[in-house]
Amino acid sequence: MINKIIYSTAEAVADIFDGATIMISGFGEAGSPIELIHQLIDHGAKNLTVVSNNTGSGLVGLAALIENKQVKKMICSFPRTANSTVFPELYNKGEIELELVPQGTLAERIRAGGAGIPAFYTPSSVNTPLADGKEVREFNGQLFVMEHAIKADFALVKCLTADRYGNLIYNKTARNFGPIMCTAAQTTIVQAKHIVEPGTIDPETVVTPGIFVNRVVQVSNPADESKLVADNRRYPW
Amino acid sequence: MVTEKNTIGWSRNEMAQKVAADIPDGSYVNLGIGIPELVADHVPPGIEVIYHTENGLLGMGPVPEKDLADPELINAGKKCVTAIPGACYFHHADSFTMIRGGHLDICVLGALQVSKEGDLANWSTGAPDAIPAVGGAMDLVAGVKNIWVITEHNTKDGKFKLVNQCAFPLTGKQVVTRIYTNLAIINVKEKNLYVREMAPGVTFEELQRLTEAKLINESGK
Repeated sequence: MINKIIYSTAEAVADIFDGATIMISGFGEAGSPIELIHQLIDHGAKNLTVVSNNTGSGLVGLAALIENKQVKKMICSFPRTANSTVFPELYNKGEIELELVPQGTLAERIRAGGAGIPAFYTPSSVNTPLADGKEVREFNGQLFVMEHAIKADFALVKCLTADRYGNLIYNKTARNFGPIMCTAAQTTIVQAKHIVEPGTIDPETVVTPGIFVNRVVQVSNPADESKLVADNRRYPW
Repeated sequence: MVTEKNTIGWSRNEMAQKVAADIPDGSYVNLGIGIPELVADHVPPGIEVIYHTENGLLGMGPVPEKDLADPELINAGKKCVTAIPGACYFHHADSFTMIRGGHLDICVLGALQVSKEGDLANWSTGAPDAIPAVGGAMDLVAGVKNIWVITEHNTKDGKFKLVNQCAFPLTGKQVVTRIYTNLAIINVKEKNLYVREMAPGVTFEELQRLTEAKLINESGK
């Protein structure tokens, strides 16, 4: 029998090792798996490379993971946002690395990683500093930059509803990077607000097919990151 | 270098109105963060425009009443928005397939500098202590059919923004097709800037004095 349901967030992240590359879903707080991230803080794995669009805000979630010095390098498109102070401070002190990637290139590198495509050519960033040192090639009279796929050891993803096969649906714009990150990690760990019986999710509406998911853990009342930030909360509590 | 502050010209809302008036019925449009967001408030009645936001929504509607705001329904600026009837959600690779694949008709962006050839700089001043951040700007300019810039004609301290060559790091080369400023509407064609319309009270001579790049007057004034 296939049952990907795990009964605690601690168990779900227990095998994350030092030096791992971890994809973390979310665009700002929408879709950020804050409970899994907090569990990773408790777990303590270090020297992580994190692939995520942003760098978190306030002192909770991804920002707290960075503040706890567990992240060696960020791969992201927009590392500064309102209320984002942890990453800029460490970056200016030279204590964290940054690989800045255009957002669509980041998405496509992750998609390619999941799809077995090692590299691809994109028009984004041609003639800009973000193409420096990369192969540029002409197709049909236009220039394109070669970009490499990204794969991860683990993905931490937030969804709305899952079943024991790992089929997922998401909530509104919290979907963002979740579906592609699920495909590109060796081990995909998902937190779901609801877990339902197989067959409850209409097969026509499944967004992430279960084959891309390894573990599902229920988090019935995920925290609202902006509320935690507004209340000046800090993790660990 | 131009020193005095401009007191004539269009307001930000009037600039947004000018942009909105040029959007054809049925267009798929991506609006950048900041002044471009004002454009949605000025689309004339009877014109249907579908707004794309790169974080995964086609059919973005206006800002909700405060108690209806959903932190999982946001725009690219991470502000709460709504979804119109007929909207759809999708993941990031699909969203940038729409962008990079040339499926969107118009993108309206802000600018730090635009060159006479249509080069755009809008993501970094290159300052050594600045945290670089690019978001989706480089993908948008690489893929959307029409890139329109909406910007003040000069910087707050009176420096040129429409320049011969961008000093700031580029977002894209030869990508901008039209520029809406507080003083004029300018088309970029064949590596030159053609003035289509000037704000009331602006003369071509004055406009040229406030612009480093050479302008060609097509306004009929």
